[in-house]
Amino acid sequence: MNAFSRLLTGAALGMALAVTSTSAMAETPPNMLVIANRIDDITTLDPAESFEFAGSDVSRNVYQKLVNFDPLDLDAGYQPDIAESWDVSEDGTSITFKIRDGLTFHSGNPVTAEDVQFSLRRAIILNKTPAFILTQFGFTPENIEQTIVADGDTLTITTDKPYATSFVLNCLTSTIGGIVDKKTVMEHDKDGDLGNEWLKTNTAGSGAYSLVSWKPNESVTLKSNPDFYLGAPTMERVVVRHVQESASQRLLLERGDIDIARNLNPEDVAGASSVDGVKIADELKGRLMYVSLNQKHPELSKPQVRQAFKYLIDYEGMRDSFLKGQYTIHQNFLPQTYLGASDEAPFNFDIEKAKSLLDEAGVSGLEIEVGVREAQERIEIAQAMQNALGQVGIKMNITVGTAKQILARYRSRELDVYLGAWGPDYPDPQTNAGTFAYNPDNSDEANATGLLAWRNSWDTDGLTEKTNAAVVENDTVKRADMYKTIQADFRETSPFVIMFQQIEQSAMRDNVTDFSTGQAITSASYWQVTK
Amino acid sequence: MALAERPTGGRRSAPLIHWIKSILKTLGTIAITMLGLLFVTFIIGRVMPIDPVLAIVGERASQSTYDAVYQQLGLDKPLLVQFFYYLWDVLHGDFGNSLLNARPVSEDIARVFPATLELATLGVLIGIFLGVPLGVIAAVKRGSWIDQIARVVALVGYSMPIFWLGLMGLLVFYGVLGWVGGPGRLDIFYEDVVPTRTGLILLDSAIVQDWDVFRNALTHIILPAALLGYYSLAYISRMTRSFMLEQLSAEYVITARVKGLSERQVIWRHAFKNIRVQLITVIALSYANLLEGSVLTEIIFSWPGIGSYITTALLSADMNAVLGGTVVVGLIFICLNIFSDLLYRFFDPRSK
Amino acid sequence: MSDLTLRQWLLADAPTSRRHARLSSLYKGWLTLRTNSMAMVGLTILVLLVFTAVFAPVLAPHDPFSQDLASRLQPIGTVGHLLGTDSLGRDILSRLIYGARITLYIVALVALIAPVAGLLVGTVAGYAGGWADVVLMRITDIFLAFPRLVLALAFVAALGAGIENAVLAISLTAWPPYARMSRAETLTIRSTDYINAIRLQGAGPLRIITRHIWPLCISSLIVRVTLDMAGIILAAAGLGFLGLGAQPPSPEWGAMISEGRRFILDHWWVATVPGLAIFTVSLAFNLLGDGLRDALDPKDDGQ
Repeated sequence: MNAFSRLLTGAALGMALAVTSTSAMAETPPNMLVIANRIDDITTLDPAESFEFAGSDVSRNVYQKLVNFDPLDLDAGYQPDIAESWDVSEDGTSITFKIRDGLTFHSGNPVTAEDVQFSLRRAIILNKTPAFILTQFGFTPENIEQTIVADGDTLTITTDKPYATSFVLNCLTSTIGGIVDKKTVMEHDKDGDLGNEWLKTNTAGSGAYSLVSWKPNESVTLKSNPDFYLGAPTMERVVVRHVQESASQRLLLERGDIDIARNLNPEDVAGASSVDGVKIADELKGRLMYVSLNQKHPELSKPQVRQAFKYLIDYEGMRDSFLKGQYTIHQNFLPQTYLGASDEAPFNFDIEKAKSLLDEAGVSGLEIEVGVREAQERIEIAQAMQNALGQVGIKMNITVGTAKQILARYRSRELDVYLGAWGPDYPDPQTNAGTFAYNPDNSDEANATGLLAWRNSWDTDGLTEKTNAAVVENDTVKRADMYKTIQADFRETSPFVIMFQQIEQSAMRDNVTDFSTGQAITSASYWQVTK
Repeated sequence: MALAERPTGGRRSAPLIHWIKSILKTLGTIAITMLGLLFVTFIIGRVMPIDPVLAIVGERASQSTYDAVYQQLGLDKPLLVQFFYYLWDVLHGDFGNSLLNARPVSEDIARVFPATLELATLGVLIGIFLGVPLGVIAAVKRGSWIDQIARVVALVGYSMPIFWLGLMGLLVFYGVLGWVGGPGRLDIFYEDVVPTRTGLILLDSAIVQDWDVFRNALTHIILPAALLGYYSLAYISRMTRSFMLEQLSAEYVITARVKGLSERQVIWRHAFKNIRVQLITVIALSYANLLEGSVLTEIIFSWPGIGSYITTALLSADMNAVLGGTVVVGLIFICLNIFSDLLYRFFDPRSK
Repeated sequence: MSDLTLRQWLLADAPTSRRHARLSSLYKGWLTLRTNSMAMVGLTILVLLVFTAVFAPVLAPHDPFSQDLASRLQPIGTVGHLLGTDSLGRDILSRLIYGARITLYIVALVALIAPVAGLLVGTVAGYAGGWADVVLMRITDIFLAFPRLVLALAFVAALGAGIENAVLAISLTAWPPYARMSRAETLTIRSTDYINAIRLQGAGPLRIITRHIWPLCISSLIVRVTLDMAGIILAAAGLGFLGLGAQPPSPEWGAMISEGRRFILDHWWVATVPGLAIFTVSLAFNLLGDGLRDALDPKDDGQ
């Protein structure tokens, strides 16, 4: 009875206080970083399997890699991380890494060459979605005993061709290159799954943070690793909370309930930037927005029609209105800042030119379907495009669906037109060249659903061979030139209309410094952040 | 319905047998309804054009990765076989693992359901405490200005697009005035402070007497609960009014008035007493509706409840999660229905 | 027949035929309804809505689809754009006017499908009894136990987004209460003396159901449908809000809110105007339904 009445009075007191609580500005604790982001894409935290944006953010902060990017100097390219140094063999097919001394996992176990060998082999054996990033070098479950070998404090990997070293190392910086704690993981091995089940929801890394909790669609909480080899992070706790709405994120930020809002739309960025105590940081990301034409379609496969579509996009109008500040015009498949990137942008919105091209091709009364996922900016691009196409007599019907619905149809070559985005998988030109301009077998049976060229039934007009040649060119300048040539051809002839490159605008409290979302090459990192 | 259940007198054991029979019948009904519910959900899940395999492996997966997952999910087996496997697991209390995040669905539901429960309970309480008196007063003062106001208040509640009202409420009370907490159940730095016992943060924080957390949780829940409360208030007050009108025109009320009982006694002792049962049915129905999880409210307030859980799962083809969620929601709905039915039989003078 | 005599005829104390009786009671209901000023307000709004929808091309100042990126997000009261413009620079007022057509279309279709389906199931179950009753009512229970929006979502997700599928999905979730209601009414009507009398005269079940039971269920059904209309509009708007209703660039009101909610903080009118439109129409249906209930069915307890 006593406890109960105490409970009641407490409740009443709480209620009274809540009602009278003033509109005083909230503030997050000084040693804690609170971020609002959309994290509903996380399906797993296992670095051998994780392939989504928000999941990669977690991995980047939890797992170390052989080589890694310095968030304060991303332009410098990959830097030593677990590997202190490396040597490339004469014939260019093997790289030997020297493992840094004195590193420990969060469990207290030392980081050894054995762990690195285990992690890389594990990714290949599990063969999850991102495995292709490693298997493209010729690693298979059968040959890993010879191709990924630890010896004392070194680890040697041997590729099937003398690939450009930068290509191999860039791939190792991606999420799948994360090094896991062999001992801890194998303690949780279930039916020979190499701990996959356990690692989906737990972490065993040596990075700046370790996982406290992941509540799907709700939040990810990380705590700092005081023994991190670059020094204990200032932010002892990082909470990433799932907030779907841009308006909600902005309100939370303006009221000081969060430090960083990562998904503000252009209007909210404009609104928030004029608020005291809030600043906006722009970072160019690798994601491209494009439209592609299915080459199975008898009209869309005509060269003049492909060309005409490139003149039917109101690039500037969109950039300056509903995409303002978050996309920049970019008409090549390699994002800016990538090796071989080109800023050539010959196409502009020109209805007359498009009309004459269409007349030349003898197209009239065309009706097509575009598939687009239910993301507001894409729907708006689609509507703007629909409007432009209407002016040249092409009727385009918009089908909006969930990402998975639209994607399934795109992958089975069913859509006439697809409007969507593509983000690079690893920071090397091959990542996009290998999908936009590479399609060795254009038949339906090939079922190369991972290749964008295949999805659009485009045989690449000979670019496949050029892409193959570029990937083994070890002279960086030459390699860059090769990609420029490929892109020049691609721009003119391909059925892809590349329109925009993304700029991520993070809005944050102005006491937050050094936050980085990883630009076009990697994911967000928190250990360098101070406030 | 209730009239048909009138027990016939006779032997002493008859009521007991009758009672057992009706319990068995009720249980049978629940079982059949649940089975049907499961089956329909299952079929919907399987015919949906969203590919669950693609949902797991993602856009870039190779064909071999895809095929492996396809088999692992048992999608190569006939539909009925899949259903019976699933049913078998459910009967053993296993909803399977979420296809997307690999956790047991039961664990996920145990996490999201209390959020909805807390919100719905507070919402329906607001609805009852404001709606019932409003309905009674409106009936007693039929045709007066208070009746008109009550009518407008209720109909406005019925007519408001809740997602729009939610956005506006958030903007005004959180964004501009700062009277309430923002989206989510707690401010982030209060999260994980209080040990989870029931999952109801208000209750959990009260148990350990952490009033800071309690207060914070209250500021967060008050706005969405008020919205849902307004919605159920509209329904409850209209129903109360209509029940009361029926009673007030009944003969016994007139007799009571003639006997000189005070107006208050007539209203509360006699008329109101007689509408209790009907009212309980109405309240149970509105509670059940709120417990289904108000998807739109949950989305707008970033409330991690069962409504948004099922919706997200549905849109990403996570069928185990959808099935699990639907079973839980369906079960609650059915149970509340039966509960109100039993109360009805118990209280209703005609069924005695 | 002059107006006065028509009125007298309609208000006659002793009707001369069945038709006379029915018309007479309808007229009396109308008179009661007319004294309810709120119901009349609702009716007026709905008449206006129909008018707007029919004459949309005449009333709308602009083409609802024509874009102008240069003058996007203009505020309310801008010259030429009375209610402002949306994210693609389209005139919101014109979109609202054309959107009335979609709203009416949805409402009309659902109002045709759901109550009829419910009436069919309910009366058959109630009249036939036995196994038919058990099976039909269990099916009704199953659909009733489904979370409504989830069922609609699943349906739309399965068939693809679009206005027709949204209508079907909403109907699918809306019929069970009608089935329950008409079953309950059928049960009471079934055992009345006059139905027994008709049966003795040799009328078959089909005839009894269609000619004698349905007409008696209709009035409470109409009241219920009118009251449910608001819910249907809101459900359609909810689907539109989630991107599963009408497809762009169609000016469906829910989809307009969904598009506009991104600017809710700085350009509040883009979401607010369609929000108010939905609210007004739902309120009109509710006012009318409430009045109808008083007029037709004073003791209806909504069960």
